[in-house]
Amino acid sequence: MKKYWWKIVAVVLLVYGFYFGLMGEVPRRDILNESIRNVYFHVSLWFATTLFLLVSAIFSVRYLRSNNLADDDKAVEFANVALLFGALGCSTGSLWARVTWGGWWPNDPKLNSVAISMLMYFAYLVLRSSLEDEQKKARISAIYNIFCFAVFIPLIYILPRLTDSLHPGNGGNPAFGEYDMDNQMRRVFYPIIIGWMLLGTWIASLRIRVRALEKIED
Amino acid sequence: MQELRTLIGKEITLEWRQRYALNGMMLYIVSTIFVCYLSFRLKSNQLNPLAWNTLFWIIMLFMAINAISKSFTQERAGRLLYYYTLASPQWIILSKIIYNSALMLILSMLGFGFYSFVMGNPVGDIPMYLLTIVLASVGFASSLTMIAGIVSKAENNGALMAILSFPVIIPMLLMVMKLAKNALDGLDRGSSNDEMMILLALDAIVVTLSLILFPYLWRS
Repeated sequence: MKKYWWKIVAVVLLVYGFYFGLMGEVPRRDILNESIRNVYFHVSLWFATTLFLLVSAIFSVRYLRSNNLADDDKAVEFANVALLFGALGCSTGSLWARVTWGGWWPNDPKLNSVAISMLMYFAYLVLRSSLEDEQKKARISAIYNIFCFAVFIPLIYILPRLTDSLHPGNGGNPAFGEYDMDNQMRRVFYPIIIGWMLLGTWIASLRIRVRALEKIED
Repeated sequence: MQELRTLIGKEITLEWRQRYALNGMMLYIVSTIFVCYLSFRLKSNQLNPLAWNTLFWIIMLFMAINAISKSFTQERAGRLLYYYTLASPQWIILSKIIYNSALMLILSMLGFGFYSFVMGNPVGDIPMYLLTIVLASVGFASSLTMIAGIVSKAENNGALMAILSFPVIIPMLLMVMKLAKNALDGLDRGSSNDEMMILLALDAIVVTLSLILFPYLWRS
């Protein structure tokens, strides 16, 4: 119980979030209508993705300091989970864009930034597979990972805010929370963010254990 | 400081001894631009300014990747090892960044000259456009130098340079293109301040990261 209580919390929060996210009361807004429920899924998925990329970068820094291959395993698995959550964030966003902006992938700076940063992290995986030696692979990909994260943050959170964007909170648009969310929604929104973060950590921890076991087998 | 100056001097001497690399780069730009010229079959100034600008920066992007990818492969591993015993890694990466910026500056000025010669020059505010080229050269050189260092560790992989560098350089390229567009339209100079600040901030981030991370890269 001491060790796995947070997994129970993750399941409870996600079940709660999904139930009230789909069934709960939401405010009626023009254009958004029922699609405002996507705030619970799309936005929270991206929050979780950013967290995992941050964690991955932190483990890369730790690897460079400690030279412990376990840290490198953690870095790569958190990057993998971030890619998974990023893909989910993209597809929920795409559905939402279809309903509110009228296209699956409208030409928006934030969408383009997201595409670029996904490419960047795929390049990280390609770089890893192109190196043979374990230590060398770990060191060089850790360096690239840190580099990527330093580009990711301005790309997603700074540049789109300075240009004309369809996203709320960007390009002079008001942020979502200011007008559209009410306290009822916040009661679902915040728990589901934490739920995703815990779920992702759970997935990553399982994959890290698989990696550790494979190493023992070798 | 003395160390930095010597290292930059070394890069220049090295380049001068292997002039074929430099000449090759110049020929590369000139022929790329000429191919573009031929394939658009330009009479005079028929390309609209937006396409003109985009095409120019795409050529610059490819030139930068080609020119800088060789910055760590020019010397044999044994010789690199020897430098590393003599100088500190920070100075080595800094000297490479400064040298590559200068190289990029020369090549892109040459490119700009030839490009306007054959494709026409619709730029409204030329000093501003040149300033953009200067900022872009420094920015491209600083981010690509570190990537070239990473790629040189993964043996003989030409495609890797493109895969790793495109995503990293795109934010910079977008800002540069916007800045260049403002200069092209001859907009009021104050209106480009934001872009310029972002570009400088991106440069600062990339250079700082290179200084911090290069010592780790060098050890492998």
